[in-house]
Amino acid sequence: MKSLRFIIPLAIFLVLVGFLAAGLKLDPRAVPSPLIGKPAPAFTLPRLDDPATQVPRDAMLGKAWVLNVWASWCGPCRDEHPHIVAFARSKQAPLIGLNYKDKRDDAQAWLKQLGNPYDLSLQDLDGRVGINFGVYGVPETFVIDKAGVIRFKHVGPMTPEVLQTRIVPLLKELNG
Amino acid sequence: MAKWLALVLCAVLGLSLAHAKEAAPAADDPALEARMQRIAVELRCLVCQNQTIADSPAGLSDDLRRDIREQLQRGATDEQVVQYMTERYGDFIRYRPAVKGSTVALWVGPLVLLVGGVGVLVFALRRRAKLAPDRFEPDAEDDEAAEGAR
Repeated sequence: MKSLRFIIPLAIFLVLVGFLAAGLKLDPRAVPSPLIGKPAPAFTLPRLDDPATQVPRDAMLGKAWVLNVWASWCGPCRDEHPHIVAFARSKQAPLIGLNYKDKRDDAQAWLKQLGNPYDLSLQDLDGRVGINFGVYGVPETFVIDKAGVIRFKHVGPMTPEVLQTRIVPLLKELNG
Repeated sequence: MAKWLALVLCAVLGLSLAHAKEAAPAADDPALEARMQRIAVELRCLVCQNQTIADSPAGLSDDLRRDIREQLQRGATDEQVVQYMTERYGDFIRYRPAVKGSTVALWVGPLVLLVGGVGVLVFALRRRAKLAPDRFEPDAEDDEAAEGAR
């Protein structure tokens, strides 16, 4: 009974340490998206290379695809760009760019300078489609399945780890 | 001194002018703008997470304020606007999350801790009140007296 008096505070302390240690590993900026498992928001957007042509969301139905939100003004987009290019080369799924709140000339110059990994880039000039996708930190990457349902979202620059451990396996599953 | 004052005055004026510019749409419909503000202070800016959408200068917050304004103009209720934001950005966007299964601990936790703490305190005090005086260590004053005598 006497020893219990000392063990209780120690136990409480250890539980607290456990919680704090787990807390250290969490990313406070990661916001779980409520859109996972829901149909991708509808959109009809002009192509970056041909603004007269409008592309609707449903043009992508029937295949699993990757949506990468980018902008020429976005620094981290430059960081992730080589990984996005490498992914595009592997030809695992159509890669669509959502050019978010950008100027057309800037965006095209950016692609020309760094290389264009996108099968197609769509222009979201006023950021409304971005809001519907819950975009809050460019770059963001979504995986959307054949039925048009959002299956995965990554916020921030793409890394080879996320590509290899999350996106590639998911695409295999979706295409399988 | 006068120079400094003038500088400060300029800064203050500049600030208020900047504010006046930001709040320009208020002139159109002050009531709507007030409603938009009231909703925006309840929503978290996801770019700079410790600011509200009302306070934040981030581009996304500008866009979201525009969105709120437009929805109100279309006749949406405050609840519908908050619902719209939650559907896109999750519960995290709300500074006051809805009471539901996954947020119960958030709402009830502090109360449980308070009641538990008061319970432990009452229990400990009652037990101490029953103890004989010689079970307690002498008061600090007695210690000092004892030390002085040494």
